[in-house]
Amino acid sequence: MGWILVTSATVILFLQNYPLYIRSVPTENELKFHYMVHTSLDVVDEKISAMGKALVDQRELYLGLLYPTEDYKVYGYVTNSKVKFVMVVDSSNTALRDNEIRSMFRKLHNSYTDVMCNPFYNPGDRIQSRAFDGMVTSMMIQVC
Amino acid sequence: MEAAASGGCGSGPPLLLSEGEQQCYSELFARCAGAAGGGPGSGPPEAARAAPGASTAASGPVADLFRASQLPAETLHQITELCGAKRVGYFGPTQFYVALKLIAAAQSGLPVRIESIKCELPLPRFMMSKTDAEIRFGNMAELHGTKVQIPYLITEKNTFKRMDDEDKQQETQSPTMSPLASPPSSPPHYQRVPLSHGYSKLRKSTEQMHPAPYEARQPLVQPEGPSLGGPGAKPLRHQASLIRSFSVERELQDNNSSYPDEPWRITEEQREYYVNQFRSLQPDPSSFISGSVAKNFFTKSKLSIPELSYIWELSDADCDGALSLPEFCAAFHLIVARKNGYPLPEGLPPTLQPEYLQAAFPKPKWECALFDSYSESVPANQQPRDLNRMEKLSIKDMADFPVPTQDVTGDDKQALKSATDEALPKDMSEDSATPKDSNSLKARPRSRSYSSTSIEEAMKRGEDPPTPPPRPQKTHSRASSLDLNKVFQPSVPASKSGLLPPPPALPPRPCPSQSEQASEAELHPQLNRAPSQAAESSPAKKDIPYSQPPSKPIRRKFRPENQATESQEPTTAVGGPASVATVKPHPTVQKQSSKQKKAIQTAIRKNKEANAVLARLNSELQQQLKEVHQERIALENQLEQLRPVTVL
Repeated sequence: MGWILVTSATVILFLQNYPLYIRSVPTENELKFHYMVHTSLDVVDEKISAMGKALVDQRELYLGLLYPTEDYKVYGYVTNSKVKFVMVVDSSNTALRDNEIRSMFRKLHNSYTDVMCNPFYNPGDRIQSRAFDGMVTSMMIQVC
Repeated sequence: MEAAASGGCGSGPPLLLSEGEQQCYSELFARCAGAAGGGPGSGPPEAARAAPGASTAASGPVADLFRASQLPAETLHQITELCGAKRVGYFGPTQFYVALKLIAAAQSGLPVRIESIKCELPLPRFMMSKTDAEIRFGNMAELHGTKVQIPYLITEKNTFKRMDDEDKQQETQSPTMSPLASPPSSPPHYQRVPLSHGYSKLRKSTEQMHPAPYEARQPLVQPEGPSLGGPGAKPLRHQASLIRSFSVERELQDNNSSYPDEPWRITEEQREYYVNQFRSLQPDPSSFISGSVAKNFFTKSKLSIPELSYIWELSDADCDGALSLPEFCAAFHLIVARKNGYPLPEGLPPTLQPEYLQAAFPKPKWECALFDSYSESVPANQQPRDLNRMEKLSIKDMADFPVPTQDVTGDDKQALKSATDEALPKDMSEDSATPKDSNSLKARPRSRSYSSTSIEEAMKRGEDPPTPPPRPQKTHSRASSLDLNKVFQPSVPASKSGLLPPPPALPPRPCPSQSEQASEAELHPQLNRAPSQAAESSPAKKDIPYSQPPSKPIRRKFRPENQATESQEPTTAVGGPASVATVKPHPTVQKQSSKQKKAIQTAIRKNKEANAVLARLNSELQQQLKEVHQERIALENQLEQLRPVTVL
């Protein structure tokens, strides 16, 4: 169960609440993002248990999860294999539409699948795929 | 001497030595003969200059050489016996060459038999003994300075061992590099230098080289004969000839020798090597190497896991978790380059792209015997051109090839499956299906396939996933409708055109085959000769598997049309019906007017049959799709279950 946290951004990919991949565009306050992501993990777990059969679904975490002053939006996504992608987006940007978020998650998922296809990648390792990095970078540049 | 040895092997079987082999063997022989007198240490220089016409090679150096081949003692005994040395009591040139060939065969995994040396073999590989290193090192000292830049690939474990023991720079010039035989222009200089360096290191660090980690396969002993130069070169030559190296070394040489190719270009020898390695992992060259198998194999190269992971990322273009032959060659090449010190590129170089690799190198080896005639007729340069036709014929080919390989069995399901599996895996991979699914799917048709990689390549190149749409094209290209057109064009083109659209992609396949069944036997020989019958043959083949009863006489009429459209994929099995058809058209053409109606009726019948076949195909495909989905779900569940175990 991995997590990917993307903010505007930070990307954290977690496996069973262990981070698999972390990426932030504004490198400051990264710990704060990590903290937010961890708290949002609980939310995601809640949603997973509540979802039942619909496993693969792009969800939106509470927009109100974060401090109102921070004005962040945290989005979550879970794959069939319980890998969680968490994206934290700065709301100061023009609010991204849901479709954009969904497409971003889809791209993340596809890239993650490609990473999994690599036999040298052991599930649970930190993701060091350059292709994955490139994809995330391009995505975050797009967002920011 | 080579000529004498190869031409006049009196006591042994006729030896056919390639040029590279001749050079290598003559060097080795000279070395052993020369070293007989002065002992191993001082032998090489004299041996290098020793006249190759030495009649015998002393048993001492020869034994050392054989031991250096890393073969078990029992194998060496067998080789010695087979080559006739024991019989005559000495190692004459004939015996020596036979022995070397047997060594190469044994290292390639072939049984030690006289028959083994009759086929094409790579050069035998020998681990250089430390004594030679001394000589080389002394001679090559001055050369080192000039050519230090070139890191050489060392794939053996000993390389790493040396690396640990000695400084890295030396290690990069490790001795495993041996200039490749084929490019005479390859500059010997830097080859020599690293070799000597390596040898000296070898001498210091290890008593004996370890066998190559890559399962001692396909050693490329590169005789330096043609490109030798200078006194220092000679000892190196001997060393080089005895040292196994990756073909990438040649590539490095190419680079340094101001070849126009960049370091990422795979030379022919390298490609052969890679293909052989591929075969060792996966007998079917058109199939895939699974991720785990490739991982084990590449892990032997001692590169770090992140680097290997990155190389995999670069080379697995379609991200399916498996390596096809061009992907494997690209990955292997990257590994070799990396081990020689080249930094990994940011992206897959254009010369390593699968499409480029497939087009750049002919694949005669990949063709099975069945398709030899076809494959030879499609050299590499023609492949791109054939692609266009292939696209049309792709489906047909799919059906053709599986059918011939299956010997035109009535197993229409299997043929269908192979054809559909061809399409399915590609679709699955595109859909990012679980790697296992795509691998298994790919493996299934691949393993079953027709060893004709040309089709796969065409499929890959032309229509990367071979979705059903290509099938219709194929059928149209050779479809009976086309046949009708041609047949009836002079008389009633309009009526035929009406018939053309209806036949869906598959129908032609089933229809013609059935008609062929009866006339297959007689048609076979004729068809083989007619390359243009490929189109006909494919439909014929398909029909046969589908076991539908077509009308044979009408089928024959349509044969000739296919000739014009199809290209050269005559399959032996399919050839039969087509050939007969070709013969018949001439008389029938004259009676076109009277037969038009019959033809129309036949076409209608065929279309109905085709519809039935298509419906069946559709249901089968649906079934397969369901199964694949279930597999995927099962695999994902397994993955889920396994994950907690691995992480925690």
